[in-house]
Amino acid sequence: MSAPSAQLLGEIGLDPSWSHTVEVPSHDGQIHRWHYLDRPGLSNDLPTVLCLHGNPTWSYLWSRLFNELGEKFRVVAPDHLSMGFSDQIGPRRYRERVADINDFVNALGISGQIWLVAQDWGGAIAMGYAVAHSERVAGLVLSNTGIAVPVGRKAPRLIQISASGGLHRSITRNTSLFVRGTAYLPGAGLTRQQRQGLVAPYVRRDQRDGVAGFVADVPFNEKHQTFADLAEVAAQLPSLRVPVRLWWGAKDPVFNDDFADDLMKRFTDVQIQRVANSGHLAVIETSIAPFLESAISQSRSVEQQSIEALGSEESLWSRIMNPNRENTLAIHDGADQSSVTFSELDSRVATFAQALVQRGVEAGERVAVLVPPSIDLIALVYACWRIGAVTVIADRGLGLNGLGRAVKSSRVQHVVGIRSAVVAARMLRWAPRASLIDLKSLQKSMQLEGLNQLGRPEPNSDDLAAILFTSGATGPAKGVRYTHGQLCAQREILQNVYNITDADSFVAAFAPFALFGPALGITTGLADMDVTSPATLTANALDDACRATQATMVFASPAALVNVLKTASKNLNSLRHVRLVMSAGAPVPIETLRHMQKLCPQAEMHTPFGMTEVLPVADLSLQQREAAGEGSGVCVGKPVDGCHVTIVAIDGGTMNLPSGECGEIVVSAPWMSLGYNRLWLTQQNARFESDGFTWHRTGDVGHIDGNGNLWIEGRVVHMIHAAHGSITPVPLEVACEKISGVKRAAAVGIGDKGAQQLVMVLETDQAKEDVASVQLAAKVREALADLDVVAIWETKKLPVDIRHNSKIDRTALAQKMQKVLSGRSQ
Amino acid sequence: MKVLVTGAGSLLLGGVAQQLADRGDEIVCFQRRVSESPHQNITMFAGDIRDRGSLTEAAVGCDAIIHGAARVGVMGSWEDFYSTNVDGTINILRAATEHRISKLVYVSTPSVAHVGHAIEGDVAKPATTGRKHAHYAESKAQAEILALQANSAELGVVALRPHLVWGPGDTQLVGRIVDRARQGRLVMVGSGHALVDSTYIDNAISAHIAALDAVAPGSVCAGQAYVISNGEPRTVNELMSRICLAAGVEFSPKHIPAVIARNIGSVVERIWPLIRKDEPPMTRFVAEQLGTAHWFDQRPAQEDLNWKPTVSLDEGFVRLAQWFAQTA
Repeated sequence: MSAPSAQLLGEIGLDPSWSHTVEVPSHDGQIHRWHYLDRPGLSNDLPTVLCLHGNPTWSYLWSRLFNELGEKFRVVAPDHLSMGFSDQIGPRRYRERVADINDFVNALGISGQIWLVAQDWGGAIAMGYAVAHSERVAGLVLSNTGIAVPVGRKAPRLIQISASGGLHRSITRNTSLFVRGTAYLPGAGLTRQQRQGLVAPYVRRDQRDGVAGFVADVPFNEKHQTFADLAEVAAQLPSLRVPVRLWWGAKDPVFNDDFADDLMKRFTDVQIQRVANSGHLAVIETSIAPFLESAISQSRSVEQQSIEALGSEESLWSRIMNPNRENTLAIHDGADQSSVTFSELDSRVATFAQALVQRGVEAGERVAVLVPPSIDLIALVYACWRIGAVTVIADRGLGLNGLGRAVKSSRVQHVVGIRSAVVAARMLRWAPRASLIDLKSLQKSMQLEGLNQLGRPEPNSDDLAAILFTSGATGPAKGVRYTHGQLCAQREILQNVYNITDADSFVAAFAPFALFGPALGITTGLADMDVTSPATLTANALDDACRATQATMVFASPAALVNVLKTASKNLNSLRHVRLVMSAGAPVPIETLRHMQKLCPQAEMHTPFGMTEVLPVADLSLQQREAAGEGSGVCVGKPVDGCHVTIVAIDGGTMNLPSGECGEIVVSAPWMSLGYNRLWLTQQNARFESDGFTWHRTGDVGHIDGNGNLWIEGRVVHMIHAAHGSITPVPLEVACEKISGVKRAAAVGIGDKGAQQLVMVLETDQAKEDVASVQLAAKVREALADLDVVAIWETKKLPVDIRHNSKIDRTALAQKMQKVLSGRSQ
Repeated sequence: MKVLVTGAGSLLLGGVAQQLADRGDEIVCFQRRVSESPHQNITMFAGDIRDRGSLTEAAVGCDAIIHGAARVGVMGSWEDFYSTNVDGTINILRAATEHRISKLVYVSTPSVAHVGHAIEGDVAKPATTGRKHAHYAESKAQAEILALQANSAELGVVALRPHLVWGPGDTQLVGRIVDRARQGRLVMVGSGHALVDSTYIDNAISAHIAALDAVAPGSVCAGQAYVISNGEPRTVNELMSRICLAAGVEFSPKHIPAVIARNIGSVVERIWPLIRKDEPPMTRFVAEQLGTAHWFDQRPAQEDLNWKPTVSLDEGFVRLAQWFAQTA
């Protein structure tokens, strides 16, 4: 087959100068002509990146990498023989293909170290090459591939159909079904140009011989010759000492998470970045270049290491067993008016723990707990913790789809829940291989009196305890890993900051927070509300929960507080005794706190600040907030004791910017999470080490004022990069929200970074979306006198996250405004 | 410095000549119809840009040329546009070479790189040729390419493309919008939400003077084209409504969808010349200009020409309103 024309290459986005052919003396004694892409690198000291495509693709699979990888790297991608634009030489076995790559590497005279990047069956070939030539391989990046069908799983159905007798030729050769099908696989968010590029060498029937031969080489039983070859390579993988990084499209129906797990078990130094919104062709759907560069430059992973000495060696469940509190109320559930004392809770946790063990749950295994907030939920979580299982806590606040994605991404071994949730998990294939445990069956298990009777080893403080989820306001929710030690440290800091003693009891209107009650050893009340919608908490429900628990503390989200104020009547006597009201999860309007203060005259109003990854970071009382006054952005208070907060220049580099200067907020604390789950690149980007601490990049921009108060000015990704400099959105929004009629405001940039223009979007009562009236526009421009606002837009509702109903998705909004202001939408 | 200015009959180039004269430069205004000199430093020279002889004569002793003479609009044959805009520019280049003139500012138009789709924050792209029905843009594009190609070690050439120039006394943009609004015939193409750059007249003038000072053989801007604007893009809707507000006329345009506007423009372009002698109310170019975003990254122009707009849009509208109040 002749080499691709410069015109074709140009059309599909490849620089024609990258396309070459070479005559390669083969181990089979013949000479074969290969087509390959070769982009020279500016540095000779770096390893060469060698990319191996799978079936039915060709070197074009790497077009995005060729265009995006840093210029210092040389990157080479051959078309396998009988594939793409290389010689058609008929079917080729796996073993021969591995030897072919060696022939090719030698023919090109690549002498230094090689980083292999491979996808699909290219991955199997890469692994074969790596074990045969381990001295030459510096590392592997593998994407949606496999070396063996994972245990407990059937062969990929799609390939099996394509490879099965009668259908095989018609699917793979005689029609373009297989070739085109790959480009249109679910999840494949490819552009028209990318699809054109992928099918380019496989337009005619005879051009698809290699594709058909490749599929025929996939072994589906042990009699197949290639089966033994793959098994031999698989057996040698654990001896590879090089870093292996997986870039995994989560929506691949063929090489799915099972294959990723299988590979994870085979290598010694392996990390994964799961790409939630991509499929089989993740290497071209999304930008893999930063991942590869990160893999090459930092073979060491940044994990949280600087856990300072824990304040206490107490386990999370130790206070449930406190003999002095046996008959004290432990939990009251306002929804069904049920209650347990600490000794009853102790019994229930022990009973559940034993039942879980009996159903095969082992230490270190991940368990999704799909139970609505209730005494049973809390007991179940402590039972998991006690036996060393890792709880995956995804709340319904993520929405059903978000919840499903969260469970799926965590690769849980067990799902425990109420029947409907367990059924849903099975139906929606959230965890196809997990064991499903009905809560009812646990309740009916043999009762234990308490955890003392449970003869199981306790987990260590650096064992994983929980995976929590971010709210996913800007992309898919991310799983965050916490160890027992980190959760204990979190308990200590909450206790210290809020002076929590045995005399306290609290009502939580935010489920994840309620989990901390028993760990703190205090009475916990659950208010009667729809947990999927915080705004359903009524004043009476909150007051009732406070009465039942004689609450001294209340925790509720800002949206819940707004509804409490809306439904407040005069007879809220129990709220009057509360000493502390905490609200977090989203910015709390100062008016909400002032009104709440009237309902709880004895209470201090506090707004803890933090994120799923590190909580708390700072704390602010209403009095402190009033004293801080107005400034640039939103004040979140002073860092809590033991939490280090510093500001880093946005362009990287400079740490510890002086007070008043704006930059990214980075934090370090003993209670900081271990890091993200199955998101290696995200983790590498979010964590770094400096001054002996492991730091977490919050992704927030802000500054620290002269009094040590931390101010938030927005998200790094939401900054507006105008010609005259960068602008943070929140201060502008705060200024615009003072204009009467403006409920909420969002500042976004349109155009390319560096030449962006500022657009303000206002949430008002305006029925129709449109440019703002001349009068309103004038007020906005007056409020933002120093800046040029090119357009002011009114809308009924800004796009916000599901969980908090308050985090504005400025990225989506910017895209929308760019479209509106291009004139394209009518 | 002695500067030859062509096309000084326009608001923009007339203003450039005036300000150069005010600061002490010696100006030769080359025009077909000459009037009395408005300034002691300005000499009027009668001639036709298509006539190489008169141009050569006018350029005697000049150090620089600002070439703004052009045939504009949509009426006329390709030959008419070509002879004035392309041949005329060739004549300018010859005169520059003959007299060893080292600075040339070519007054261009954003339409030389007009591609029909939205432009959002781009820098000036190279001029393109090959249009069939847009004689003005095509001839200006060919001329700009020739002019920039003439950039050499002896002659520094810079092309400026001022974007939607407006201000007091402007009959093109302000005049038309206000006239139509008065007659109740104002039309809004598409949503009116497209963001467009515009240039207040004083800024357009100062940009040309800055370009004249900046350009020289081998200078940063030599051989380059720049889009000039206030750097404050606004929606078409806001620009038109504020112009109407300044003129004291009601702003209540009729909306027509962008697709229909283009079709109307296409028909009008063909039929109008057969029945009328004035400029048609709608052309495809106008439809596209007003229906899609056109705003530019102003950093290259401001950095390379060492220029910054001094009159903001807000200030410009105030001045426009004052002017309407005085002339009413």
